[in-house]
Amino acid sequence: MRVRVEQTALPGIGVRHDVITESGRRIGVVSHRNGRRDLSLYDEQDPDSCVASIPLTDDEAEALADVLGASLMLGQLSGLRQQAAGLLTEQIAITAGSRYVGRPLGATKARTRTSASIVAVLRDAEVIASPDPSFVFAAGDVVVVVGTRDGIDGVSRILAKMDPDG
Amino acid sequence: MHHETTVLLIEVGALLLGLGLLGRFARRIGLSPIPLYLLAGLAFGQGGLLPLNASEEFFATGAEIGVILLLVMLGLEYSADELVGNLRSAAPAGLIDAVLNALPGAAFALLLGWGWLSAIVLAGVTWVSSSGVIAKVLADLGRLGNRETPVILSVLVIEDLAMALYLPLVTALLGGTGLGGGGIALGVAVGTVVLVLVVATRYGHAISAIFPVNNPEALLLGVLGLTLLVAGLAAQLKVSAAVGAFLVGIAVSGPVAHNATELLSPLRDLFAAVFFVFFGLATNPADMPPVLLPALGLAVLTMATKVATGYFAAGRIGVALPGRLRAGLGLIPRGEFSIVIAGLAVTSSAVEPSLAPLATAYVLITVVSGPLLGRLPDVPAVKVWLRRHRDRRRLEPATNPE
Repeated sequence: MRVRVEQTALPGIGVRHDVITESGRRIGVVSHRNGRRDLSLYDEQDPDSCVASIPLTDDEAEALADVLGASLMLGQLSGLRQQAAGLLTEQIAITAGSRYVGRPLGATKARTRTSASIVAVLRDAEVIASPDPSFVFAAGDVVVVVGTRDGIDGVSRILAKMDPDG
Repeated sequence: MHHETTVLLIEVGALLLGLGLLGRFARRIGLSPIPLYLLAGLAFGQGGLLPLNASEEFFATGAEIGVILLLVMLGLEYSADELVGNLRSAAPAGLIDAVLNALPGAAFALLLGWGWLSAIVLAGVTWVSSSGVIAKVLADLGRLGNRETPVILSVLVIEDLAMALYLPLVTALLGGTGLGGGGIALGVAVGTVVLVLVVATRYGHAISAIFPVNNPEALLLGVLGLTLLVAGLAAQLKVSAAVGAFLVGIAVSGPVAHNATELLSPLRDLFAAVFFVFFGLATNPADMPPVLLPALGLAVLTMATKVATGYFAAGRIGVALPGRLRAGLGLIPRGEFSIVIAGLAVTSSAVEPSLAPLATAYVLITVVSGPLLGRLPDVPAVKVWLRRHRDRRRLEPATNPE
């Protein structure tokens, strides 16, 4: 990670973590000892002062982290696409009718058959990065695939109802 | 006897109900309830509007417990690691704080010809900011994330630690043991504090392990019992009950400390209110008018020195002007500790009798004006002024081409 996170102790209260963004803005998270978290946004004119302090419950903090984490990953993937010409990233949803619902990723043999890779699965607000062959699909999962046009189309066909080999 | 108990119930009930309404009113106008509790005490004490008689002993004992609970909760808020870790980085700020704020109090008492013992007591009164009021103001104003906030908290931590050494010293001096006895008491106090810090950092888990985390009743009784026991023993050793309680709070750590904090908070709120009322009760309002002007003068002087303290301390870690002002103005309120110190002095004949009413007036002034002044840097007009001030500074080198 190229981003620097500053940690400051708040005696009697907890800890504050700060991230200074490339645009020069500061974002802070105050973690209280009792588990409460505040997201702090700082004043542009007076960067020492927070203009807004938003209390987050455990669940809210987790959801926010997932949203930010997912966009970070997709952002990295689209960066990859520009670097390697001919390599594409696509998201493929697993429909309820797919024959792989409830079956492990390994059973698709997607990589051997298409040379495209399943690099992540998005389930609800969660991101499962680099899923194992033993990872079991559920209806509604969104699979992130990296590969050539043909490869991705192949994976798409495998995951859809009709299987190219069967 | 039976009749007395009835009157006691009526007096205590009426007063607590009144305090409840006052507390609600204070919250509505965004004030700390402490000044209102003190005023209520003044009104119902000797020479007040409506003296309470039957419940005096109850309030005296309740006030004693209130101090102990205030201090044990203060200790529970910090872990020993935090205290020790904080000590190194914040020592310069703590030193500036002590010099700038204790000396004016001492000098003031000496100027009035109150003697050196009163000078030491008044130095303590003007030195210590109120951790309780300030922590609450910081949370209310949403400043916990601000960059100057760790500075403010560090100063408070150092002050609290310093009190663990200062209180037993003052107790010994007021007990008439003289400077030599005071020296021994200070030695004992330093030894005890260091010992507790070492034990707490190394064996804090073992101490906490004797308390059941998930049994509220047993935890409440256990922690409260241990606190009162240690406070009593400390008082017996002439170390000061308050310090004993503070050290128990520090020694207890982890989830036990967290759960104990939640269990003890309502008790603390109750008995701390009783403590402030009792301090007011013990002061005769007729003693107040003559000390009002000196108290105001002392308050203005030491408010200025607190602002300077915050300005320097925040400047050390590179906070800009508005943040420095927030740190300084934020440190103004004096509260529970100042009253604890003045409360110790009341019992001694060697201390100037006007000191207690002076301290009451002083705390009233700082605890009311502190939170109000603390909001100043957030006022739009002040913000604009500060911004202009900064821009002018930035522009100056540009307008002078040399």
